Amino acid sequence: MYQFTYHRVDSARKAANLAEKNEDAKFLAGGMTLLPTMKQRLASPSALIDLNPASEKLAGIEVKGRNVHIGAMTRHYDVANSKDVQEAIPALAELAGMIGDPAVRHRGTIGGSVANNDPAADYPSACLALNATIHTNKRKISADEFFTGLFETALEPGELITKIVFPVPSKAAYMKFPNPASRYAMVGVFVAKKGKDVRVAVTGAGSSGVFRAGKFEAALTAKFHVKALEGVSASAEGLNSDIHADAAYRAHLIGVMARRAVNKANGK
Amino acid sequence: MSATGLGASVRRKEDLRFITGRGQYTDDINRPGQAYAYFLRSPHAHAEIKSLDTKAARKADGVLAVLTGDDIAADKVGGLICGWMIHSKDGSPMKAGAHPALAQGKVRYVGDHVAVVIAETLAQARDASEKIKVDYKVLPAVVDMNDAVKKGAPVIHDVSDNNTVYNWHLGDKAATDAAFAKAKHVTKLDLVNNRLVPNAMEPRAAVGDYEPGTESFTLYTTSQNPHVARLVLSAFIGIAPEHKLRVIAPDVGGGFGSKIFIYAEETVCVWAAKKVGRPVKWTADRSEAFLSDAHGRDHLTHAELALDEKGKMIGLRVNTKANLGAYLSTFSSSVPTYLYAPLLSGQYDIPAIYAEVDGIYTNTAPVDAYRGAGRPEATFVVERLVEIAARETGADPAQFRLKNFIRTFPHQTPVIMAYDVGNYQAALEKALEMADYRNIGKRKAASAREGKLRGIGFSAYIEACGIAPSAAVGSLGAGVGLWESAEVRVNPIGTVEVLTGSHSHGQGHETTFAQLVSDRLGIPIDNVSIVHGDTDKVQMGMGTYGSRSGAVGMSAIFKALDKVIAKGKKVAAYCLEAAADDIDFKDGKFSVKGTDKEIDFGSVALQAYIAHKFSGQDLEPGLKEGAFWDPTNFTFPAGVHICELEIDPETGTTRIDHWTAVDDFGRVINPMIVEGQVHGGIGQGVGQALCEGAHYDKSGQLVTASFNDYCMPRADDLPSYNVGMTQTPCPSNPLGIKGCGEAGAIAAPPAVINAITDAVGHENVAMPATPLAVWRAAQKAVMKKAAE
Repeated sequence: MYQFTYHRVDSARKAANLAEKNEDAKFLAGGMTLLPTMKQRLASPSALIDLNPASEKLAGIEVKGRNVHIGAMTRHYDVANSKDVQEAIPALAELAGMIGDPAVRHRGTIGGSVANNDPAADYPSACLALNATIHTNKRKISADEFFTGLFETALEPGELITKIVFPVPSKAAYMKFPNPASRYAMVGVFVAKKGKDVRVAVTGAGSSGVFRAGKFEAALTAKFHVKALEGVSASAEGLNSDIHADAAYRAHLIGVMARRAVNKANGK
Repeated sequence: MSATGLGASVRRKEDLRFITGRGQYTDDINRPGQAYAYFLRSPHAHAEIKSLDTKAARKADGVLAVLTGDDIAADKVGGLICGWMIHSKDGSPMKAGAHPALAQGKVRYVGDHVAVVIAETLAQARDASEKIKVDYKVLPAVVDMNDAVKKGAPVIHDVSDNNTVYNWHLGDKAATDAAFAKAKHVTKLDLVNNRLVPNAMEPRAAVGDYEPGTESFTLYTTSQNPHVARLVLSAFIGIAPEHKLRVIAPDVGGGFGSKIFIYAEETVCVWAAKKVGRPVKWTADRSEAFLSDAHGRDHLTHAELALDEKGKMIGLRVNTKANLGAYLSTFSSSVPTYLYAPLLSGQYDIPAIYAEVDGIYTNTAPVDAYRGAGRPEATFVVERLVEIAARETGADPAQFRLKNFIRTFPHQTPVIMAYDVGNYQAALEKALEMADYRNIGKRKAASAREGKLRGIGFSAYIEACGIAPSAAVGSLGAGVGLWESAEVRVNPIGTVEVLTGSHSHGQGHETTFAQLVSDRLGIPIDNVSIVHGDTDKVQMGMGTYGSRSGAVGMSAIFKALDKVIAKGKKVAAYCLEAAADDIDFKDGKFSVKGTDKEIDFGSVALQAYIAHKFSGQDLEPGLKEGAFWDPTNFTFPAGVHICELEIDPETGTTRIDHWTAVDDFGRVINPMIVEGQVHGGIGQGVGQALCEGAHYDKSGQLVTASFNDYCMPRADDLPSYNVGMTQTPCPSNPLGIKGCGEAGAIAAPPAVINAITDAVGHENVAMPATPLAVWRAAQKAVMKKAAE
């Protein structure tokens, strides 16, 4: 780790003010990606702005009407174990319970995960499939606009996620095929149906990060049943290849995970 | 059997400190005035160092010294050694390239040691290392063994122009060729034994200390064999004569072989301590461990098995290329030769065997012994071949093995080993029963109804443990003798300290060795302490590896206890006013034969030190005896493991459903600890079979350099184990022990792969059988079935 200046802030406003003054400052939420990267000297921010003292304001789960509001500093453990989330969007609670290991789930936050947009992270697929809205200290961004590429988002310098609002779907499920080594998603498919609208988001597979699987969405919009996916397959083009999985295998797994997710969402 | 004696599942005495966080590991040791070392490592797999400018680094904050290969050469510090001479077929000695502790003009793998910075803090040392300017001339690298031996391949060491360390062979080629000439069936197989990273939980560490007042060094280090470390650092590397060099290996958090060897880092720390006049500490981080711990396995093998018309094995031919990495590590040369080929007969009566092994240099980390060391590689070859031969000839794999097992002992194999005792069919029959083999068909059908593929795989392994006697290993090229020592010190109140040359780093010696003492002396186990890992306390020892601590280390204690009892009888004779020959010793009491006169062990100990009763007579005061034990043969643990698993053909996911292990370890001292060793061994073996694989890219970068990409087995990858035992006591040591530390890691890989290939319809699946690999094989099987 290189030397850096450490700031603690108790509000999003103070965090944003500090960020404006420190060009290469980084926000520190759970630190589950940032701190290991800094320890390996692969990242060297001049300053860290620790958001943890702002947890009281930035963490928490609330159901308002047909939406679930989750504060940016809410830990994965709290999402996984929230009665409200389990009732409203059980697939989201289950997803949070599959992230990392217990230590990671007690430290890592939803805002940190979404802002980092790791191509193998779980939350981005939920945001995209559930058509979530990402609230920042400056504006509201739809998930479709938010994830722009590998570790890239629509966030501007100094912009900070404050909460994420998930519309409650009529049916949803997440199926994850973990990378055997890291247990990140090698392929994760989140399927959600709200009214007539069906959205299918894929994480772990795409070489530009999370994406929507249009062919699957079209088939499932016609009929939200696993039979609708017969003959529907994902293209290997644009998918990652590495020592754990080549693009063809990832494409195949997208189909398998999508079918399993649909069955699960239908209670099968 | 008493509650703490031989054969009792005594809870581990050492666990109190380990589970309460009170272990004392090398990194827990801090010396007054201690400075920190950071090694600048090569980012290139193969490069010439054209120049090395340390000026700016030396001026950086907190820096005490920046040392390079030139400094180590100027101080005449010797290079690291390989202690086992192997001769090629043509009689020429192996080609060992120089192995300096800090690079001298050239680096040969990513992670090779370029320079060391010693500073007040680790962060300062690391910061300063970034100021060292190295002008590399990058050379082409070679990581693949087949490429390394091709004409025109980059030459890694000048001593070998084709990157070959040796072309070694064992067995009778003519007899084997003759067997193949008359064979009715020949099974052929190409196998890869995947390269593994040891990943002990505690990374390697060292603290070097120098005391100018006595001109003596102390090295605290993560070692499985501190005395061998001292011997090498003293006699070969030349740090200091042995009486001026103390090596302490305190609690060590796992070794699996990787901490047998003498590495550059501890050499540099102890040398630099005198150079900078401060104690010097280094602790590997996990990334350094991946790059610089000696790796394991890494063989390419072609093997052929010849059968006669009755399905009896008549010949075995094996050709192996063994990757030794960029330098020869301490025992690397012996692992793919004498620890490998002599086990190729397995549990089978094979009259003719011929093996050829080429040791190859590549631009990768050195490869040396890793749990099982050569025996897992041999067992993988034999048990994969045997399984496929059974399938090809339409035989049941269990019956095929039973038909070919060695039935009479002793049995001389055509490849050196003389198996002393065993009962292989008893283990297989018990395992078949425990695994409910007769109903496997029903279980396969049930899986098929769920769209799953179920398979069952056997592994009838044998290994050679103890890595002794000295005469035998000496005749095969070992530079050392491989006996063990023990000293039993009885205190005046009858408590006992045992000093042993074995080293415990997870094996539970503090418990099992104390059980032996408690049993033989009839004293409470809490009255016994086991002392190890310090060359100032224990005079000499050969350390712990090759499952040798029970068979060899405990035998030395046994012999020393014999002497203690003999001396105790003499003391008791004076106390009881009888002749020493008339004294019996049983259950902690010395008694005069045929009388009720007796004295307990504690009182004899006290009398031995008071000496009032025999002062001036022909008996020395005190009660302390030492012994060295050098056995007459290796020991031969053997057994049968059966893996039953289910594959999801849609995803390639493998789930191990049942694991049956029936092992013959000879006499068992502590069944709980033995079962733990079996569990851990299987875990590592399953890891090799399903998960682990070190992968270098073509340029020599280690792609699997962290747990993000190097897949370790986890609890949810492993089943509950069904462990059984058979026992044929070993005749070559007084306790009848064979050794259990490596069995699981040896047995497991072929059991898993045999089960996977059974499930997917005999497609040859390479290790690690990752979901991707299994999915591909399952797809082929599904397509083949559809075509039928």
